[in-house]
Amino acid sequence: MPDRAESVPEAILGTVLERFRRGDLDAFEALFREHQRAVYGWILRMIRDTGAAEDLTVESFLRMHRACASFDPARPFAPWARRIATRIALDWLRARPPETELGDEIVAALPASGRSDPGVVAEIRAKTAQALARLPPRLRIAAVLSLVEEQPHKEVAAALGISVTAAKLRVFRAVRLLRKDLERQGITP
Amino acid sequence: MTAQRAKQVEEERVKELLKQALPPVACDAEPARDLWPDVLRRLDAEPAPSRALPAKLPWFDWALIGGLVVFAVSFPATIPVFLYYL
Repeated sequence: MPDRAESVPEAILGTVLERFRRGDLDAFEALFREHQRAVYGWILRMIRDTGAAEDLTVESFLRMHRACASFDPARPFAPWARRIATRIALDWLRARPPETELGDEIVAALPASGRSDPGVVAEIRAKTAQALARLPPRLRIAAVLSLVEEQPHKEVAAALGISVTAAKLRVFRAVRLLRKDLERQGITP
Repeated sequence: MTAQRAKQVEEERVKELLKQALPPVACDAEPARDLWPDVLRRLDAEPAPSRALPAKLPWFDWALIGGLVVFAVSFPATIPVFLYYL
Protein backbone atom coordinates (compact mmCIF):
# COMPACT_ATOMS: atom_id res chain seq x y z
CA MET A 1 0.00 0.00 0.00
CA PRO A 2 1.72 3.22 -1.07
CA ASP A 3 1.85 5.71 1.75
CA ARG A 4 2.02 9.26 0.44
CA ALA A 5 2.23 10.51 4.03
CA GLU A 6 5.93 9.65 3.88
CA SER A 7 6.48 12.55 1.47
CA VAL A 8 5.11 15.09 3.98
CA PRO A 9 7.85 16.71 6.09
CA GLU A 10 8.10 14.94 9.42
CA ALA A 11 7.58 18.03 11.56
CA ILE A 12 4.32 18.91 9.77
CA LEU A 13 3.16 15.30 9.83
CA GLY A 14 3.91 15.10 13.54
CA THR A 15 1.81 18.20 14.13
CA VAL A 16 -1.08 16.80 12.11
CA LEU A 17 -0.96 13.49 14.00
CA GLU A 18 -0.82 15.28 17.35
CA ARG A 19 -3.76 17.49 16.38
CA PHE A 20 -5.68 14.44 15.19
CA ARG A 21 -5.08 12.77 18.55
CA ARG A 22 -6.64 15.81 20.22
CA GLY A 23 -9.71 15.47 17.99
CA ASP A 24 -9.00 18.32 15.54
CA LEU A 25 -11.36 17.94 12.56
CA ASP A 26 -9.04 19.69 10.08
CA ALA A 27 -6.21 17.32 10.96
CA PHE A 28 -8.63 14.40 10.60
CA GLU A 29 -9.63 15.62 7.14
CA ALA A 30 -5.97 16.00 6.14
CA LEU A 31 -5.30 12.40 7.21
CA PHE A 32 -8.47 11.24 5.48
CA ARG A 33 -7.40 12.87 2.19
CA GLU A 34 -3.95 11.34 2.55
CA HIS A 35 -5.04 7.80 3.37
CA GLN A 36 -8.52 7.42 1.87
CA ARG A 37 -7.29 5.64 -1.26
CA ALA A 38 -4.97 3.30 0.59
CA VAL A 39 -7.63 2.30 3.13
CA TYR A 40 -10.20 1.78 0.36
CA GLY A 41 -7.77 -0.37 -1.64
CA TRP A 42 -6.88 -2.43 1.42
CA ILE A 43 -10.56 -3.09 2.22
CA LEU A 44 -11.34 -3.89 -1.42
CA ARG A 45 -8.57 -6.49 -1.42
CA MET A 46 -10.22 -8.23 1.51
CA ILE A 47 -13.89 -8.06 0.61
CA ARG A 48 -13.87 -7.77 -3.22
CA ASP A 49 -16.98 -5.62 -3.38
CA THR A 50 -16.49 -2.05 -4.61
CA GLY A 51 -19.76 -0.64 -3.21
CA ALA A 52 -19.31 -2.17 0.22
CA ALA A 53 -15.63 -1.14 0.23
CA GLU A 54 -16.70 2.51 0.01
CA ASP A 55 -19.13 2.11 2.93
CA LEU A 56 -16.54 0.30 5.00
CA THR A 57 -13.93 2.98 4.23
CA VAL A 58 -16.31 5.58 5.68
CA GLU A 59 -16.96 3.32 8.67
CA SER A 60 -13.23 2.80 9.20
CA PHE A 61 -12.49 6.52 9.30
CA LEU A 62 -15.39 7.08 11.69
CA ARG A 63 -13.93 4.40 13.95
CA MET A 64 -10.53 6.12 13.71
CA HIS A 65 -12.10 9.44 14.68
CA ARG A 66 -13.79 7.85 17.68
CA ALA A 67 -10.52 6.20 18.72
CA CYS A 68 -8.32 9.25 18.05
CA ALA A 69 -7.47 9.69 21.74
CA SER A 70 -5.87 6.24 21.82
CA PHE A 71 -3.67 6.98 18.79
CA ASP A 72 0.04 7.40 19.50
CA PRO A 73 1.36 10.28 17.34
CA ALA A 74 4.88 8.88 17.67
CA ARG A 75 3.82 5.91 15.54
CA PRO A 76 2.89 5.95 11.83
CA PHE A 77 -0.76 6.41 10.95
CA ALA A 78 -1.03 3.93 8.05
CA PRO A 79 -0.56 0.64 9.99
CA TRP A 80 -3.00 1.83 12.66
CA ALA A 81 -5.56 2.72 9.99
CA ARG A 82 -5.00 -0.61 8.26
CA ARG A 83 -5.58 -2.54 11.48
CA ILE A 84 -8.89 -0.74 12.08
CA ALA A 85 -9.95 -1.27 8.45
CA THR A 86 -9.08 -4.97 8.68
CA ARG A 87 -11.18 -5.38 11.81
CA ILE A 88 -14.15 -3.70 10.14
CA ALA A 89 -13.79 -5.82 6.99
CA LEU A 90 -13.63 -8.94 9.13
CA ASP A 91 -16.83 -7.97 10.98
CA TRP A 92 -18.51 -7.32 7.63
CA LEU A 93 -17.50 -10.72 6.26
CA ARG A 94 -18.68 -12.44 9.44
CA ALA A 95 -22.08 -10.74 9.22
CA ARG A 96 -22.72 -11.91 5.66
CA PRO A 97 -24.40 -15.22 4.85
CA PRO A 98 -21.83 -17.41 3.02
CA GLU A 99 -23.97 -18.07 -0.06
CA THR A 100 -24.05 -14.38 -1.00
CA GLU A 101 -20.30 -13.94 -0.87
CA LEU A 102 -18.02 -13.52 -3.86
CA GLY A 103 -20.72 -14.05 -6.45
CA ASP A 104 -19.78 -14.28 -10.12
CA GLU A 105 -20.97 -10.73 -10.76
CA ILE A 106 -18.69 -9.44 -7.99
CA VAL A 107 -15.70 -11.39 -9.31
CA ALA A 108 -16.42 -10.18 -12.86
CA ALA A 109 -16.76 -6.56 -11.74
CA LEU A 110 -13.40 -6.49 -10.00
CA PRO A 111 -10.88 -3.96 -11.25
CA ALA A 112 -8.40 -6.58 -12.42
CA SER A 113 -4.74 -5.90 -13.10
CA GLY A 114 -4.75 -8.13 -16.17
CA ARG A 115 -2.95 -11.08 -14.61
CA SER A 116 -5.76 -13.64 -14.88
CA ASP A 117 -5.35 -16.46 -17.38
CA PRO A 118 -8.15 -16.37 -20.01
CA GLY A 119 -7.65 -20.09 -20.63
CA VAL A 120 -8.80 -21.11 -17.21
CA VAL A 121 -12.11 -22.87 -17.31
CA ALA A 122 -14.89 -20.70 -15.88
CA GLU A 123 -16.18 -23.57 -13.79
CA ILE A 124 -12.85 -23.99 -12.00
CA ARG A 125 -12.72 -20.26 -11.33
CA ALA A 126 -16.24 -20.31 -9.93
CA LYS A 127 -15.59 -23.36 -7.75
CA THR A 128 -12.36 -21.90 -6.41
CA ALA A 129 -14.11 -18.62 -5.60
CA GLN A 130 -16.89 -20.56 -3.86
CA ALA A 131 -14.38 -22.61 -1.87
CA LEU A 132 -12.72 -19.38 -0.77
CA ALA A 133 -16.09 -17.92 0.22
CA ARG A 134 -16.74 -20.96 2.41
CA LEU A 135 -13.60 -20.42 4.46
CA PRO A 136 -14.00 -18.86 7.90
CA PRO A 137 -13.52 -15.07 7.44
CA ARG A 138 -10.30 -14.84 9.49
CA LEU A 139 -8.68 -17.57 7.37
CA ARG A 140 -10.08 -16.10 4.16
CA ILE A 141 -8.61 -12.67 4.83
CA ALA A 142 -5.22 -14.19 5.63
CA ALA A 143 -5.33 -16.29 2.44
CA VAL A 144 -6.41 -13.44 0.17
CA LEU A 145 -3.86 -10.97 1.52
CA SER A 146 -1.01 -13.44 1.58
CA LEU A 147 -1.63 -15.63 -1.49
CA VAL A 148 -3.59 -13.45 -3.92
CA GLU A 149 -2.27 -10.01 -2.99
CA GLU A 150 1.16 -11.36 -2.03
CA GLN A 151 1.45 -9.19 1.06
CA PRO A 152 4.35 -10.21 3.33
CA HIS A 153 3.37 -12.25 6.40
CA LYS A 154 4.57 -9.36 8.56
CA GLU A 155 2.05 -6.98 6.95
CA VAL A 156 -0.77 -9.52 7.22
CA ALA A 157 0.07 -10.15 10.87
CA ALA A 158 0.17 -6.43 11.66
CA ALA A 159 -3.17 -5.82 9.95
CA LEU A 160 -4.83 -8.70 11.78
CA GLY A 161 -3.21 -7.81 15.10
CA ILE A 162 -1.61 -11.24 15.46
CA SER A 163 1.94 -12.63 15.47
CA VAL A 164 3.75 -13.53 12.25
CA THR A 165 3.66 -17.19 13.27
CA ALA A 166 -0.10 -17.02 13.78
CA ALA A 167 -0.50 -15.36 10.36
CA LYS A 168 1.54 -18.14 8.71
CA LEU A 169 -0.56 -20.72 10.52
CA ARG A 170 -3.78 -19.14 9.27
CA VAL A 171 -2.52 -19.20 5.69
CA PHE A 172 -1.47 -22.83 6.10
CA ARG A 173 -4.87 -23.80 7.50
CA ALA A 174 -6.63 -21.87 4.73
CA VAL A 175 -4.63 -23.72 2.07
CA ARG A 176 -5.46 -27.07 3.66
CA LEU A 177 -9.18 -26.31 3.84
CA LEU A 178 -9.22 -24.95 0.29
CA ARG A 179 -7.48 -28.05 -1.05
CA LYS A 180 -9.96 -30.34 0.70
CA ASP A 181 -12.94 -28.30 -0.53
CA LEU A 182 -11.63 -28.29 -4.11
CA GLU A 183 -11.00 -32.02 -4.01
CA ARG A 184 -14.56 -32.58 -2.84
CA GLN A 185 -15.68 -30.60 -5.90
CA GLY A 186 -13.56 -32.76 -8.18
CA ILE A 187 -10.67 -30.35 -8.64
CA THR A 188 -7.21 -31.58 -7.74
CA PRO A 189 -4.94 -28.64 -7.04
CA MET B 1 9.80 -35.06 -1.28
CA THR B 2 10.13 -33.61 2.22
CA ALA B 3 7.10 -32.46 4.16
CA GLN B 4 8.27 -28.85 3.89
CA ARG B 5 8.63 -29.11 0.10
CA ALA B 6 5.23 -30.82 -0.21
CA LYS B 7 3.68 -27.98 1.79
CA GLN B 8 5.28 -25.40 -0.50
CA VAL B 9 4.08 -27.17 -3.65
CA GLU B 10 0.56 -27.45 -2.26
CA GLU B 11 0.56 -23.76 -1.35
CA GLU B 12 1.84 -22.77 -4.80
CA ARG B 13 -0.88 -24.76 -6.58
CA VAL B 14 -3.68 -23.37 -4.43
CA LYS B 15 -2.19 -19.90 -4.84
CA GLU B 16 -2.24 -20.26 -8.62
CA LEU B 17 -5.87 -21.38 -8.60
CA LEU B 18 -6.82 -18.50 -6.33
CA LYS B 19 -5.07 -15.96 -8.52
CA GLN B 20 -6.86 -17.24 -11.59
CA ALA B 21 -10.21 -17.24 -9.82
CA LEU B 22 -9.66 -13.94 -8.10
CA PRO B 23 -7.55 -11.44 -10.06
CA PRO B 24 -5.57 -9.07 -7.83
CA VAL B 25 -7.06 -5.66 -7.23
CA ALA B 26 -5.35 -2.92 -9.24
CA CYS B 27 -2.81 -0.84 -7.31
CA ASP B 28 -4.58 2.37 -8.30
CA ALA B 29 -8.04 1.26 -7.17
CA GLU B 30 -9.86 4.20 -5.67
CA PRO B 31 -13.41 5.00 -4.61
CA ALA B 32 -15.73 6.18 -7.36
CA ARG B 33 -16.66 9.27 -5.35
CA ASP B 34 -15.29 11.53 -2.64
CA LEU B 35 -16.16 9.87 0.66
CA TRP B 36 -15.43 12.87 2.90
CA PRO B 37 -19.03 14.25 2.71
CA ASP B 38 -20.27 10.83 3.91
CA VAL B 39 -17.84 10.90 6.83
CA LEU B 40 -18.96 14.42 7.77
CA ARG B 41 -22.63 13.45 7.55
CA ARG B 42 -22.07 10.45 9.80
CA LEU B 43 -20.06 12.55 12.26
CA ASP B 44 -22.88 15.10 12.47
CA ALA B 45 -25.42 12.34 13.05
CA GLU B 46 -23.45 10.86 15.94
CA PRO B 47 -24.36 12.04 19.44
CA ALA B 48 -21.59 13.94 21.23
CA PRO B 49 -19.66 11.60 23.51
CA SER B 50 -20.61 12.01 27.15
CA ARG B 51 -17.69 12.82 29.42
CA ALA B 52 -19.68 12.20 32.60
CA LEU B 53 -19.39 8.41 32.41
CA PRO B 54 -17.00 6.12 30.58
CA ALA B 55 -18.57 4.84 27.34
CA LYS B 56 -18.08 1.20 28.23
CA LEU B 57 -16.79 -0.61 31.27
CA PRO B 58 -15.12 -3.99 30.79
CA TRP B 59 -17.15 -6.94 32.08
CA PHE B 60 -14.69 -7.72 34.86
CA ASP B 61 -15.14 -4.21 36.28
CA TRP B 62 -18.87 -4.82 36.48
CA ALA B 63 -18.22 -8.24 38.05
CA LEU B 64 -15.94 -6.61 40.67
CA ILE B 65 -18.51 -3.92 41.49
CA GLY B 66 -21.24 -6.56 41.71
CA GLY B 67 -19.10 -8.72 44.00
CA LEU B 68 -18.39 -5.80 46.31
CA VAL B 69 -22.07 -4.88 46.51
CA VAL B 70 -23.04 -8.49 47.32
CA PHE B 71 -20.27 -8.67 49.92
CA ALA B 72 -21.36 -5.39 51.51
CA VAL B 73 -25.00 -6.51 51.67
CA SER B 74 -24.07 -9.92 53.09
CA PHE B 75 -21.61 -8.58 55.68
CA PRO B 76 -22.59 -4.97 56.47
CA ALA B 77 -20.39 -4.95 59.56
CA THR B 78 -17.28 -5.03 57.36
CA ILE B 79 -18.14 -1.73 55.64
CA PRO B 80 -16.56 0.50 58.36
CA VAL B 81 -13.43 -1.69 58.27
CA PHE B 82 -13.16 -1.19 54.49
CA LEU B 83 -13.75 2.55 54.82
CA TYR B 84 -11.06 2.74 57.50
CA TYR B 85 -8.51 1.17 55.15
CA LEU B 86 -9.45 3.21 52.09
